[in-house]
Amino acid sequence: MPVREDKRGQERVWETRGSLPEPMLPLPFTVRKTRKETHDTYTLELQSESRPGGLAFAAGQFNMLYAFGVGEVPVSISGDPAAPEVLVHTVRAVGPVTRAISGVKPGDMLGVRGPFGTRWPLEDALGSDVVVVAGGIGLAPLRPALYQLFRRRRDYKRVALLYGARSPRDILYRRELGRWDKRPGVDVHVTVDHATEGWGGNEGVVTALIPKVEFDPAATVVMVCGPEIMMRFTVIEFQKRGVPSEKIYISMERNMQCGIGFCGHCQLGPYFVCKDGPVFRFGTIETFFGRREM
Amino acid sequence: MPGPALEPGTQVVMESSDLQKFIDVLWRKGYHVVGPTVRNGVVVYDELKSVTDLPAGWTDEQEGATYRLKKTDGKAFFAYGIGPDSLKKFLHPPVVRLWRARREGAGFQTVEETEEPPKYAFLGVRACDLHAVAAHDRVFTSEEYADPSYARRRRDIFVVAVNCAKAGNTCFCVSMRTGPKATVGFDLALTEILEGERHYFVVEVGSETGAAVLREIPFKEATAAEKSAAERVIAATAGQMRKALDTTNIRELLYDNPEHPFWDEVAERCLTCGNCTMVCPTCFCTAVEDVTDLAGETAERRRHWDSCFTEDFSYLHGGSVRASAKARYRQWMTHKLAAWLDQFGTLGCVGCGRCITWCPVGIDITEQARALRDKGRIERPSVTVGEHASP
Repeated sequence: MPVREDKRGQERVWETRGSLPEPMLPLPFTVRKTRKETHDTYTLELQSESRPGGLAFAAGQFNMLYAFGVGEVPVSISGDPAAPEVLVHTVRAVGPVTRAISGVKPGDMLGVRGPFGTRWPLEDALGSDVVVVAGGIGLAPLRPALYQLFRRRRDYKRVALLYGARSPRDILYRRELGRWDKRPGVDVHVTVDHATEGWGGNEGVVTALIPKVEFDPAATVVMVCGPEIMMRFTVIEFQKRGVPSEKIYISMERNMQCGIGFCGHCQLGPYFVCKDGPVFRFGTIETFFGRREM
Repeated sequence: MPGPALEPGTQVVMESSDLQKFIDVLWRKGYHVVGPTVRNGVVVYDELKSVTDLPAGWTDEQEGATYRLKKTDGKAFFAYGIGPDSLKKFLHPPVVRLWRARREGAGFQTVEETEEPPKYAFLGVRACDLHAVAAHDRVFTSEEYADPSYARRRRDIFVVAVNCAKAGNTCFCVSMRTGPKATVGFDLALTEILEGERHYFVVEVGSETGAAVLREIPFKEATAAEKSAAERVIAATAGQMRKALDTTNIRELLYDNPEHPFWDEVAERCLTCGNCTMVCPTCFCTAVEDVTDLAGETAERRRHWDSCFTEDFSYLHGGSVRASAKARYRQWMTHKLAAWLDQFGTLGCVGCGRCITWCPVGIDITEQARALRDKGRIERPSVTVGEHASP
């Protein structure tokens, strides 16, 4: 996996570049399976007749998904990088395009451009403790990283997943979470902001779960994805516990229209979130992250 | 007839009466010739067939929020300052179709746009705009991704630069080291000279392609007197320039003062109309628009110029990241004078002054930069963000 350090000191992934020959032209993929994850979130499995091998990707990357005649949105890949022949995306219906994409049925087609962007630091984390912190649909872009952590479980020390959802009905991958929790050597904690009747688990923000897991602050890699405010407080908590900014990674979201640094919409300070991110080493974007209206 | 060897840097003289022949040769060589012409009260770039289309006898007055064409008695073809158009209009057009798609059964087929653009020859390009093209080359033809639309249009252009004979009141190319003399990116560069009854051009060769065109029209070796006449024109233009932008530590100045009250002051005047981004020769941001026919059988994607001054620009579900005018002006200026350096190794400003002229309230980027320098502070003059290489 050739990885280059660019002039900004940010890790970038190159091996999947050109995975699709034309970065601007959506390639038709057929919907094979759909699953309703929550009241507003769906997981889709896609395959391309013209590319039976699928689309090589790295954990953390995203594709632009196109609904014919409606529009295109960036969506992170939520499947297993070791099984790229099936392209898996988890989409929350929040606008016209995501509603159209969420409403597809097996046999329908979606256009795909990508994969774009940087990856989670799974190599960097080898031999370290790993804490994965997800908020809401932020679990989707982290799932490919979890698959890889589980596959090479022995190459990491302690592995923990902290997941916060708004309410019990917003919990993503519920059955899988249960399976992960039963895996030896994986510490899974789930919390909800607002408990409803029948919820016997944790209630409160995801940062409240941090004291429940053990890690060595000097040798831990933290991967965070969720709403910006959640990421901000999560980062602060880990910094307080002595984890350096260089070992904390967050995945950013911005308006993206091209995926390749031309349209300009996703800029954050000197960075194009589409190609310098979405996964950033926190130390790299610390100056710009969390500033109002940056 | 053994003439002077035409190598890059060679200067020859072309009489103004041969300018039509020159234009004709370009058309004959298969170029679509584009040059300055007066339309709707401004000098624009458009198709150029005849010297009579050139803005001879016109000049202009420019100030913040002001552009006025003015008739003169002179014969000069290029006595005007730059209008709102730059080569961006041709190399990175306002609207480009990227692809078309047709519904087929449950799916669809996409067809890439492969239309060959004209092979352009641009006549009358100013030094600042050449630097803008060089800046766009960095944006659109980087090592990672090339924009096929830009690359196709850019590949075979022929550039005839004209060294500015007059500094506009909003120009500040001298301080940006981008003019007024064309030094890079041209095939031929003209300096227009009027001496009594004589009207001629000192022509500098910039490339072998340029030399080949020149060989097809009458020219003679430039004398020392003619060369120094050209130098005097350029020196006089540089000397007239009133505005300047001090770029010392400009990146740190912007990165270190994001919350300075200075931004509130400019936001009170900024209308967020986006004019500055439309006339800027380096602003490159676009939006895509997916359209369909009424029956929903065909669709296409168009890419059009967009502006960071619109509220939609930074929209994420739930709202815009940059909702206030302050945040949008800060983004624009910080991108131009700081982030560009990190992203592309060059400033995103070439000192053309169009954003000043065409701003309806006359906001002046050189004055803004000066105000920030006076009021703001550089906390870490030698420390850069992340591990940036210096440009």
